[in-house]
Amino acid sequence: MELALFYLSALIALVSTVLVLIQFNTVHALLYLIVSLLASGFIFYLLGAYFAAVLEVIIYAGAIMVLFVFVVMMLNLGQKTIAQEKSWLYPGIWRGPFLLSSLLLLELGYTIAQAASANLGQVVDAKRVGIALFGPYLLAVEAASLLLLAGLVGSYRLGRPLRDKVSP
Amino acid sequence: MKSMTIGTPWQIFGILVSVITVSALLIWVERRLIGIWQDRLGPNRVGPWGLFQVAADMIKIFFKEDWIPPFADKPIFLIAPAIIMMTMLLGFVIVPFAPGVGIIDFNFGLLYFLALSSLSVYSVVLAGYASHNKYALLGSLRAAAQSISYEVFMGLSAMGVVMLAGSFNLREIVEAQRDGWFFLPQFAGLLAFTVAMVAESHRGPFDLPEAEHEIIAGFHTEYSGMKFGMFFVGEYLGVTLNSALIVTLFFGGWLGPAFLPPLFWFMLKCAVFIVFFILIRSALPRPRYDQLMNFGWKRMLPLTLLNIVVTGGLGLWMGG
Repeated sequence: MELALFYLSALIALVSTVLVLIQFNTVHALLYLIVSLLASGFIFYLLGAYFAAVLEVIIYAGAIMVLFVFVVMMLNLGQKTIAQEKSWLYPGIWRGPFLLSSLLLLELGYTIAQAASANLGQVVDAKRVGIALFGPYLLAVEAASLLLLAGLVGSYRLGRPLRDKVSP
Repeated sequence: MKSMTIGTPWQIFGILVSVITVSALLIWVERRLIGIWQDRLGPNRVGPWGLFQVAADMIKIFFKEDWIPPFADKPIFLIAPAIIMMTMLLGFVIVPFAPGVGIIDFNFGLLYFLALSSLSVYSVVLAGYASHNKYALLGSLRAAAQSISYEVFMGLSAMGVVMLAGSFNLREIVEAQRDGWFFLPQFAGLLAFTVAMVAESHRGPFDLPEAEHEIIAGFHTEYSGMKFGMFFVGEYLGVTLNSALIVTLFFGGWLGPAFLPPLFWFMLKCAVFIVFFILIRSALPRPRYDQLMNFGWKRMLPLTLLNIVVTGGLGLWMGG
């Protein structure tokens, strides 16, 4: 049963991710991305990582994607942008991405061929996530928070009113 | 993995029906209460005390033309009202009504609720986008910015409770309040959580996404018939769910003196908070948009961060 659910949600994630790429309408693409994130959240859940599953939905599907939709709605992209993007997509541009993604595919195939036994069916609770974050990974957590602080200060600087830059 | 389901199919069906009935009745309750508080009568013609007004409204709304504007983005226009009903109804899955009454017993119940409430934003945002209407778009832009800002401290304000109870499981949080409800030690948390709840369900005084004297009806300007009704019932489902969550986190859930059954205590406390939500809608004026943002980011967020630091520090000091 769990295996069937896993394959179903993996299929949903894959199909919706492909649909993200081929949509012309940006908001529709973002909606498929949300579906894909929800499906991968469900995969986390099936693997026993409940905390990661719920955080995937709260942070990625619930907050970051709302911001994406917000920005896209503000920009109000129309037919002109679609034509512009079409002009950027000339045949032959696929060579670089194709090379890189085929390397990834090879890597994936190698890993599956090795058949490393995955650590399935182990429930990870919030306490263990916390101990891991503030134990062995403390430096990474601090580095990430510094990065976020820098981003916050930078956007505050960019977004502040022009008043004190230009004399009235 | 142990099974998390605690309700029988009949119980689940009962919860679904009663939750939807209560939410539909709230339409009448709100109109009546606001009427009384504004020194008028409110709807009192249909049935005793106007109680059948809801049925009359439902019949009317079902028989109205369900019009989709030709310029709308049709698939998104259709799913937007469904999203709010779905997320709000799914939220009731983790509500601990009473010992043994409920649907599932999930270890991350509180986080699950936060996840659903952040997903419910899409309903409003997409409704405004799909309508292809200036006013609807303005409403949904307001809704997106407001929800993102207030979501930040909604989760943080509940963390004090999680620290005191030592669990994200709502049933364990209720059990942890046997010695004293959390609204006293977590008063700052309660304040911030309530404010965030009102803003998240975009009800008055934080109903700027549908401020009718500025942007017609905001995000649901183009909606009619039962689709509009779904936004309406979804809003009341949100009020019921928010009251249930506040009761669970800060007011001891089903706990209470033993002369009444636990389920009754839970419903009584919920009713008090539902009336409270209606009261603040009729009592407080709507803020300006920059005031709303300043209040969220400059007052409420520091307050919740301070609350977390103090709660954690006291917990360590007392040797918790």
